[in-house]
Amino acid sequence: MSTVTAVRTSGTVFDVRRIRQDFPILAETVHGKPLVYLDNAATAQKPQIVIDRMVRSLAEENANIHRGVHLLSERATKSFEDARAKVRKFINAADLGEIVFVRGTTEAINLVAASFGRTRMKAGDEIVISALEHHSNIVPWQLLAEQVGARIRVIPMTDAGELRMEEYEPLLTPRTKLVSVVHVSNSLGTINPVRDIVAMAHARDIPVMLDGAQAVPHLAVDVQALDCDFYAFSGHKMFGPTGVGVLYGKRALLEAMPPYQGGGDMISSVTFEKSEYNVIPHKFEAGTPNITGAVGLGTAIDYLAGLDRTAMETYEQDLLAYGTERLSAAPGVRLVGTAAEKASVLSFVMEGIHPHDIGTILDQEGVAIRTGHHCTQPVMFRLGVPATARASLAFYNTREEIDTLIAALGKVREIFG
Amino acid sequence: MSDLRELYQEVILDHNKRPRNFRAIAPPSQKAEGFNPLCGDRITVYVRMNGDLIEDVSFEGSGCAISKASGSLMTAALKGRTVTEADSLFQEFHTMVTSPADVPIETGRLDKLIVFSGVREYPVRVKCASLAWHTLRAALEARQDVVSTE
Repeated sequence: MSTVTAVRTSGTVFDVRRIRQDFPILAETVHGKPLVYLDNAATAQKPQIVIDRMVRSLAEENANIHRGVHLLSERATKSFEDARAKVRKFINAADLGEIVFVRGTTEAINLVAASFGRTRMKAGDEIVISALEHHSNIVPWQLLAEQVGARIRVIPMTDAGELRMEEYEPLLTPRTKLVSVVHVSNSLGTINPVRDIVAMAHARDIPVMLDGAQAVPHLAVDVQALDCDFYAFSGHKMFGPTGVGVLYGKRALLEAMPPYQGGGDMISSVTFEKSEYNVIPHKFEAGTPNITGAVGLGTAIDYLAGLDRTAMETYEQDLLAYGTERLSAAPGVRLVGTAAEKASVLSFVMEGIHPHDIGTILDQEGVAIRTGHHCTQPVMFRLGVPATARASLAFYNTREEIDTLIAALGKVREIFG
Repeated sequence: MSDLRELYQEVILDHNKRPRNFRAIAPPSQKAEGFNPLCGDRITVYVRMNGDLIEDVSFEGSGCAISKASGSLMTAALKGRTVTEADSLFQEFHTMVTSPADVPIETGRLDKLIVFSGVREYPVRVKCASLAWHTLRAALEARQDVVSTE
């Protein structure tokens, strides 16, 4: 057992004790025990500056955006559009028109399925996804496939939870109209080789969408370097608020796509005969958006920008290695998902004990984990487990918290003896 | 603070490890499938009727300790009962697992099923305890669709 709380990388120190003070909820207790929050893949906690910025948005600059001539509306519009600029820089998009605010990753994928999919696909066409997808990157394509008569093809995976890349290329045919693949698996933590996935599809002029919900909290993402055509992520998994997320799309694609929803803000002129649509990204932002949420997301990006990302990634990988080692050594525990390239997600099962029971007992010890199928029922089916227990780590977690998890698993064994 | 031993009583742990009537009935008079979308648990309940009498009742499936023990103790409690008796026992069981923690429990005819009283301290686990019962009711009503706890 170790008490290392800081990791030194290239001369800088990732000081987790100081970082933890930025997140007020980490001082909470549950059932009389200090909270050990290991459910970050479900939603991440929020630093105080995000909370404060959202309060200020509501308390000092609440107005609708893009329409008022009054000062408050100007302020709100500026804050909202500043947030868009922060997002652009965060993922290194080429221009602001490529950043569409949505409710979250799910809505971003539904937007592409509805707008891009319905206009580009017809009977007999194919959409390639992977065995690791979250339901939100399966069901929108199934809905589309039913509507247009298209078919879904799936890149298979190994028992370790890695995509079988040799089986990917043969799936790319003249019938393939889109590839949509998860960047980092939420249930297993696998980091997919998305650069190769994109390059192989582009060699055949097939566009690629990436579900980045679990990637942005852990990895620096550069959409131009990845060269993906669409990239989707949620604010709440990257230390921002719920109810706001981002769809990145290449300009030419977004411009050619019809609107997703109709309403205010997405038009330039309306008569009862015909409406002219606004320019991107506004064309895809019908109705009053989640202004406070977008502003909060912008501040979460500021917060992440203030951290040493390299040191953070090294720290998380150290935590993952420590967690992997301790869980592997724990009696009766089997890790599920052992890809070589992984983000800090530890899915596991215990011999003869259902994950739901593990979750309840851990909760009594203050340890919050997720149990169940993690909205990835095909992954569970493929690996032959009905469910797993999942500890998902963020950069504010510590080795001591992993020790607490291991001790709590001892309690599980004690009860189920 | 709630004590885990209240939830995971010895009887529950025993029935989880060695569930009674954990088998199919072939052919059953009626059967039904139950599903808890929260955790992905699935269960099938089989009944063989003799008139209004539940002559045999069994279950199969995968689930947590609470849902498995509940299926086990339910089937043990219902063999030889009438449909009306099963219904009223379900009512008593449901009241017990959903009543507020400060309300004294009416033991009534619950007998061994009283071991599930601890469940009411854990609201998210109530569905685990009641899945077998909901599925049984669907089987008795000979419903074809999969019942869900949602």
